[in-house]
Amino acid sequence: MAEISFDRLRHAYRPNPQKPEDFALREINHAFRDGGAYALLGPSGCGKTTLLNIISGLLEPSHGRLMFGGRDVTHLSTQDRNIAQVFQFPVVYDTMSVYENLAFPLRNRGVDPAEIDVKVRETLDMIGLSERAHRKARRLTADQKQKISLGRGLVRADVNAILFDEPLTVIDPHMKWELRSQLKKLHRRFGYTMIYVTHDQTEALTFADEVVVMYEGQVVQIGTPAELFERPMHTFVGYFIGSPGMNLMPVEVSGEIAHIGPHAVTLPGAARSLPAGRTDLGVRPEYTRISETGIPVQIRKVEDVGRHRIVRALLEGREIAALADESEPLPATPHVQFLPGGINLYANSWRVELGA
Amino acid sequence: MDKTWNNKAWFFVLPVLLLVAFSAVIPLMTVVNYSVQDTFGNNEFFWAGTEWFQQVLASDRFWESMARNLLFSAIVLAIEIPLGIVIALNMPKRGIGVPVCLVLMSLPLLIPWNVVGTIWQLFARTDVGLFGSVVTWLGFDYNYGRDTLDAWFTIVLMDVWHWTSLVVLLCYAGLMSIPDAYYQAAKIDGASRWSVFRFIQLPKLNRVLQIAILLRFMDSFMIYTEPFVVTGGGPGSVTTFLSIDLVKMAVGQFDLGPASAMSIIYFLIVLLVSWVFYTVTTQPDEDRA
Amino acid sequence: MTHDTQTMAPFPVDAMAKAHSIHSRRARRSFRWLIPTAYVLFLIIPIYWLVNLSFKTTNEILSGLSLWPEQPTLRNYMVIFTDPSWYETYFNSMTYVVMNTVICIVVALPAAYAFSRYRFLGDKHLFFWLLTNRMAPPAVFILPFFQLYSAFALIDTHIAVAIAHCLFNVPLAVWILEGFMSGVPKEIDETAYIDGYSFPRFFGRIFMPLIASGVGVTAFFCFMFSWVELLIARTLTTTDAKPIAAAMTRTSSATGFDYGVLAAAGVLTIIPGALVIWFVRNHIAKGFALGRV
Repeated sequence: MAEISFDRLRHAYRPNPQKPEDFALREINHAFRDGGAYALLGPSGCGKTTLLNIISGLLEPSHGRLMFGGRDVTHLSTQDRNIAQVFQFPVVYDTMSVYENLAFPLRNRGVDPAEIDVKVRETLDMIGLSERAHRKARRLTADQKQKISLGRGLVRADVNAILFDEPLTVIDPHMKWELRSQLKKLHRRFGYTMIYVTHDQTEALTFADEVVVMYEGQVVQIGTPAELFERPMHTFVGYFIGSPGMNLMPVEVSGEIAHIGPHAVTLPGAARSLPAGRTDLGVRPEYTRISETGIPVQIRKVEDVGRHRIVRALLEGREIAALADESEPLPATPHVQFLPGGINLYANSWRVELGA
Repeated sequence: MDKTWNNKAWFFVLPVLLLVAFSAVIPLMTVVNYSVQDTFGNNEFFWAGTEWFQQVLASDRFWESMARNLLFSAIVLAIEIPLGIVIALNMPKRGIGVPVCLVLMSLPLLIPWNVVGTIWQLFARTDVGLFGSVVTWLGFDYNYGRDTLDAWFTIVLMDVWHWTSLVVLLCYAGLMSIPDAYYQAAKIDGASRWSVFRFIQLPKLNRVLQIAILLRFMDSFMIYTEPFVVTGGGPGSVTTFLSIDLVKMAVGQFDLGPASAMSIIYFLIVLLVSWVFYTVTTQPDEDRA
Repeated sequence: MTHDTQTMAPFPVDAMAKAHSIHSRRARRSFRWLIPTAYVLFLIIPIYWLVNLSFKTTNEILSGLSLWPEQPTLRNYMVIFTDPSWYETYFNSMTYVVMNTVICIVVALPAAYAFSRYRFLGDKHLFFWLLTNRMAPPAVFILPFFQLYSAFALIDTHIAVAIAHCLFNVPLAVWILEGFMSGVPKEIDETAYIDGYSFPRFFGRIFMPLIASGVGVTAFFCFMFSWVELLIARTLTTTDAKPIAAAMTRTSSATGFDYGVLAAAGVLTIIPGALVIWFVRNHIAKGFALGRV
């Protein structure tokens, strides 16, 4: 196992890329800690699969280097990188039994038969398929097949990383949760480096220690789930993570005051430097309160989602969302207040640091 | 797919039934009729029982044709199936090469069978044919009209030329249906080229190969036109296959009784082999636990 | 020079390493194209030889080998195009092939629909029985066919050949269409009925477009097998509906073989097939798998 690091890594599918838009994957510099659980999150076409393919060696990046524990693997083939991958659709060797499926990667590497047997039995135990060891693989359900895929990676002691490419797509909803928690358990017990590609924020946030959020070929933020929630570095992160997403309102800023039309919001501090262009105020619904005072809004509808309610309201003609407790009565003349801890300012979609 | 039970569906099948009854059942009954009767001419028939069947089954001529035909089917299957797989595995997967290969390879399949015979009859001649001349020039004493081995060689080569493309196209279609993820997984698992073939490609080809083997067996076992044009069944009768023999008997000698009895035996053999093959290849798929 | 390249490419070392690695990855597979190429050559050369002969005079053919016509002539083709008893056979072939294709598809469509959507008494046996007709050796049928069509006074008509070819083409058409139809989810039928479509309207407006490629593939196969068959076609015709392939035996008449005309007639029979393939080239691979991969 090893740390995986990206050194000025970029990729363009077309030759001679000039503008940043020519790159399917824009420059990324980062290191994935050995033994960490990471998620690549973003909508389809954001470049997350490109990045995964670069890690797995299916794709060679047009620029930059990929390192596994200090060793440059940019030009190594998939075989030589020593990684494992679970695909979107279950990939099992139909004609082999479950046992043979797991033994396959070891046999290919010329491992001693006695050792193979020990490793395969161990792995069967880990993925909970010991009882089905001698069944033909094709007769299993989709989630069991995905476990075999995973097992083929786990059985090799020396994998650098296990990659997951939206592995729960074809799994029944009630099995998704079980499979995910089993993954989590395996990760905690054995400490493999895991990289998980998904467009589902719940999957990403519950699985990963650190989430890489991607948007239009660009890594917009890498952080823990809490960081992504509290301090989205990009309006896309605010919008994409959280349900409902962050409220964004165009504002004009002077000093510590942000103006939304005729209304003023006090910022937690002045912007250190504010680039020219579009400026937005971003506040998550969790930090938005409907109250008696503040900025007047019109309530459009109230959705009851169990423990709390989501209030959809119009502020200066723009829809915002706020959370309200279930019991809390809504005022007759509704206003909205933003809690100071949740106020973010964005210049041209990127977060601006506020205060000293 | 869950199908609903509906006997009215018979109305949908009725046109096919009537048409096939007209073009298959009635003629077949005529054959059965002839096979159990004898005639002195003038359309007077009388019951002959199983006499013709006994006669056919006891004749060396029938068994020799049968042996020749089985040998021929075995040879062409043994060549065309592996060759077809190898070519399909090495076909280009994208780009301009794909349609070019597919179109050129399909070409022999759409040539009328007697023209296939004509092409090879001309091509293999030692005086006007390129192939025959080249083989002679290389120092072989080649003459498909006189030498048994040469005749067989020519006819097998012609059949390979004519039909291998069918196997290629079927296998190619099968290979194209394998998702990329399988190849990627194989790379990750460190599989060799042979393992990829054995554990990914071959299992996926299973179904199309069944179709290919069945079609190729049936058609090679029923072959008539192509060898007839090239060798006319000769030299002597060394390339007289079952169909050629049958036509000779029915049309040439007008031996209705033996010809009909032979037809039925012939048809039953084709049916039996196809049925056995069909059962053997589909059974394990459902029963294996 | 060195300096130049370095300023132009932002990552000169990477670029070179990449070029090298792609080269070495490709090198292992670079001879793969040889196999299909060799095979295609093997297929094309005999056909080329036929074309070559068709442009030669009989004298030139008999006077020795040459890889291309030294004195190209259209005489052989003129012989065919100016003699009605030659070129009419060409239209005869086309006529019964097209008739057969239409008949097969029209009767096979409802049957294939029944097999793909319903279970009914004896369905499996019926399906296998249909397929057995595809396995029937044509040689078995020529004698009874001759008598049967004589009884109906259909000998030497196009329709006789068209119907006779249904023997092997209808089962095939049912089989291929059933494969394609089973690929269409049943929910589509049910939704259409709920939306108030009558069966004929549903079949024509909704279902047919969905299986259009399947119908195309079926037509291709019916055309192909009817076009290449000769034994039955020749038996059932004498002059008025005689296929071109049968007319070719004329070249071996009184004066011995007229190789040039024989070759030219052969070339002409290849053209319709080549045209059909060209039109369906993008569906060939899938088509040959009969919708069952």
